[in-house]
Amino acid sequence: MIYFLKYDIQAICKRLIQGELEHTGLKYSLINANELDINQTLSNEDLKALNSNLMKLGIEIMSSQKSILVQKTKKAIIDLINLDDKLSLCKTSHHLAKTLNHDYRYLSRVFSEVTYTTIENYIILQKIEKAKEMIACNELTFTEIAWRLNYSSVGHFSMQFKNTTGFTPSLFKRIILQRRDNTILEAIEN
Amino acid sequence: MINNEMIRVLLADDDKEDRTDFIEAFEALKMKTSVQTVNDGLELMQYLKDPSAVIPHLLFLDLNMPKKTGLECLMEIKQMDKLKDLTVVIYSTSSSEKDIEATFLNGANVYLKKPAHLSFLKKTLSHILTINWQYHTSGLNRDNFLLQV
Repeated sequence: MIYFLKYDIQAICKRLIQGELEHTGLKYSLINANELDINQTLSNEDLKALNSNLMKLGIEIMSSQKSILVQKTKKAIIDLINLDDKLSLCKTSHHLAKTLNHDYRYLSRVFSEVTYTTIENYIILQKIEKAKEMIACNELTFTEIAWRLNYSSVGHFSMQFKNTTGFTPSLFKRIILQRRDNTILEAIEN
Repeated sequence: MINNEMIRVLLADDDKEDRTDFIEAFEALKMKTSVQTVNDGLELMQYLKDPSAVIPHLLFLDLNMPKKTGLECLMEIKQMDKLKDLTVVIYSTSSSEKDIEATFLNGANVYLKKPAHLSFLKKTLSHILTINWQYHTSGLNRDNFLLQV
């Protein structure tokens, strides 16, 4: 007699992972069968040990090394933009490769894999975010902002701002300032 | 530990065809999303006010809906403490500048004009998710999250 079996893969995986984690003594919670939250940062050895035990069950901790590298890359980019260092801002790929001690092509591939976006896009996004901050402060002109972020001209800056956000810098400014006024008014009214 | 978190999306739209297109577009993306829909503004507010409701990461809000318009919903949402950080994407056929500006002034983050082609919708949704993801993970100032596509 042949019996047919039905599986709940999620439940099976959860049971397996729980079984493995029970004897490590780690505090953890399973967000779902794909996401594991461990309440502490594991040392590299512990992480490797855990991963190799899970691998025996056919489970793998995904790309934790890669996400660490992505975090570092992001931090290096943000530092670079805040640093106000025009020379490095011109040659970001060179600067990142040097700071993070990896081939730029590798950095770029890992970055795209983990974040679904490219380093180039991320740099533009961060520069535009910085620009937004400066616009919201309402202290600098667009020309000054463009210059600080190493754009060749205010026209180039405005165009990239528009392409990224859909707004011209002036419309963005108007809405942000108006929104702030509304919040202040509401606070007074209440 | 895993960085590819499931993105929760909620759509409020009274047009059945638009809802179907929307779900199909999301299914085609490489990001992991779970999409839920409600059929009008009233249903949306009931859903969000339910204390046991799972709050979505992104809300796509049609402007022109019976019973309660998208703008009315938006204004209510911005008054609710637990929904302050919700990313609100206005998803509308209107391209009137007045409509657009009013939604941003009332706290919308993104204005997405309903595209004519599904392929374009897919591309645009992917773009919005990517940027929203950056706001979640890179500590960007959400007050400055304004996008028009």
